[in-house]
Amino acid sequence: MSDATTTKGAVLVLGGKSDIGRAIARAFAGAGHAVMLAGRGTAAMEADRADIELRHRVPVSVHEFDVLETAGHAAFADALPALPEIVVSVVGYMGDQAESEADPEAAAQVMRTNYEGPAAILALFANRFEARGSGVIIGISSVAGDRGRATNYVYGSAKAGFTAFLSGLRNRLARTGVQVITVLPGFVATAMTEGMDLPGKLTAEPEEVAQAVLRAVRKGRDVIYVKPVWWLVMAVIRNIPEGIFKGLKI
Amino acid sequence: MKISGWGGTTRQECRVTRPRHEAELAARIAEGGLIARGAGRAYGDAAQSALNTVDMRRFDRMIAFDEETGQLVTEAGVRLSDVIAAFLPRGWFPAVTPGTKHVSIGGMVASDVHGKNHHRDGSFGAFVDWIDLMGPDGRVRRLTRGDNDEMFGWTLGGMGLTGVILRVAFRLRRVESGWIRQKTLVAADLRQAMEIFEANQDATYSVAWIDCLARGAAAGRSIVLLGEHAAASEVAPEHRARPFEVPLRKKKRIPLHAPSWALNRLTVRAFNALYYRQGVKAAGERLVDWDAYFYPLDAIEGWNRIYGRRGFVQFQCAFPLAEAEAGLGALLAEISAAGQGSFLAVLKRFGPQQGRISFPMEGYTLALDFPLQARTAALLERMDRITVASGGRFYLAKDARMTPHTLRRADKRMADFIAMRERQGLTEAFSSTQSERLAL
Repeated sequence: MSDATTTKGAVLVLGGKSDIGRAIARAFAGAGHAVMLAGRGTAAMEADRADIELRHRVPVSVHEFDVLETAGHAAFADALPALPEIVVSVVGYMGDQAESEADPEAAAQVMRTNYEGPAAILALFANRFEARGSGVIIGISSVAGDRGRATNYVYGSAKAGFTAFLSGLRNRLARTGVQVITVLPGFVATAMTEGMDLPGKLTAEPEEVAQAVLRAVRKGRDVIYVKPVWWLVMAVIRNIPEGIFKGLKI
Repeated sequence: MKISGWGGTTRQECRVTRPRHEAELAARIAEGGLIARGAGRAYGDAAQSALNTVDMRRFDRMIAFDEETGQLVTEAGVRLSDVIAAFLPRGWFPAVTPGTKHVSIGGMVASDVHGKNHHRDGSFGAFVDWIDLMGPDGRVRRLTRGDNDEMFGWTLGGMGLTGVILRVAFRLRRVESGWIRQKTLVAADLRQAMEIFEANQDATYSVAWIDCLARGAAAGRSIVLLGEHAAASEVAPEHRARPFEVPLRKKKRIPLHAPSWALNRLTVRAFNALYYRQGVKAAGERLVDWDAYFYPLDAIEGWNRIYGRRGFVQFQCAFPLAEAEAGLGALLAEISAAGQGSFLAVLKRFGPQQGRISFPMEGYTLALDFPLQARTAALLERMDRITVASGGRFYLAKDARMTPHTLRRADKRMADFIAMRERQGLTEAFSSTQSERLAL
């Protein structure tokens, strides 16, 4: 809780309509940050703008943003009220694996939405943050990028690319005062996973993801798994020899 | 997925969806047999439906606040804890709050919850200005107090069976601090406890913890707690600069279900005796923060697990004033004879109550919980009979096991409620495991 006089630097949420985006916006607003919500269709974000302003008494603005329109990214960034202190990309699209296997256009959509678009917009903010000498860049990637599996490797491969991009960006900006955080949520109960039969103990609520992100910023972390058990799960999955892995159904 | 009420006795495999838009919700309603679920704090099976449980937690936006009247408009899935977090620092507090802050606003309407100020202020419904309700056809109607729309009254306390509560406008009350002046009084028996309630009708808050295992002359011995919102000038000097901030409570957590042997006649009797002695020692007046005063159990996350894996059932009834002493006396005698006490037996004076189907009535209410054991069922049946014989009725937000026959005998309004459901075409569209069990 804070009042307007002590508002902290703004957090820009790319994918502000998503469950995780909304939760992150609220968590940062609760910690006193101004909020910029960006996504396709600003009308749909007005209710969240009112909600966050009412709850947390911080300024909130909404901005039209399409992650796939990379040509418009610079104009989007220029039109923001100010260069944000923190930018979070929550953009993601699982697609349908079977469809991605059959239709290259569908696969490209998944790849571009999870890798090309988010990498392009974060690269843009990275350069501006580097010039300023401060800022935090947060990418919500996925454990699906840790190893390709038959059930979602198109999505997973794009997330793998995004994870590698964030890793390289962090390496490049390590001495510039710009922090880069990779967030690897496991299962999260969101619109994307609605209807899937997810194991309760491995599934996080969007609010848990948001709190983990807030903690990661405060503690200067580089890579976080939202539920610590996922680190273990993925360590096991990554280390299964390929000869065995390729025969598994997981 | 498997869900249950807070008591944990009603675990059931249910299809649970989490709509994000009204159109999705309307599509769910068209499938029939729907019940909306808020925070899952009803004790029994009121917020579960095998085929069509709708989790309302994504409808959780605050919409507007009027600084003049204290009217807050929110979506139904907003939690009371969020309301307090946002508005107590601005000098506002819920006008009525139940014993946990982890409830949804929609659930507060559906149960028409009451608090420790019921004797003075009535139930939550008294502070509700309007409700947006999605009906069986998926259309949203704004129900307003006093517009002769019967659905407003049926929705307050209607257990979600009149439609899906989408948005609620309700009033908060102004407070000068986050502190409560608590006065602790000791009552040696039931009659004295009731005398204290009657003599303190002017107190804003009053509630008694009652030792339900005490026998003979001590039957009904109680610790009565009165409370007033502390004025800014009454706050302790070290907190006066920031009167709405209270020290954070250390959170305790019950990580596992307690083994069933942990709770028996001896441990419960010892706990009750200890609590009573502590209350006697604490008699007098002191300042307590809002969280400790209104929500003592919220400090223990998962407190429902102390009753073990099989869970527990709540029993809460209300007696009309004239019958209260006899009815309460008979209930306490039955419980103490059975030796199946509860950690928390709560006695409270109710004031006048408006509404078509709300639980409270002018008189007294008693709430208890029992771990679910084989012999509990028989005890509860006997308690049902005592309640009905004394003109009492039951709180559906607590119920997990009543029979339709008992409900109908205790609450003559149910016949009208059922007829209204038929007339409005609600019976097929909205139902819960509880409403099926009670044939509502």
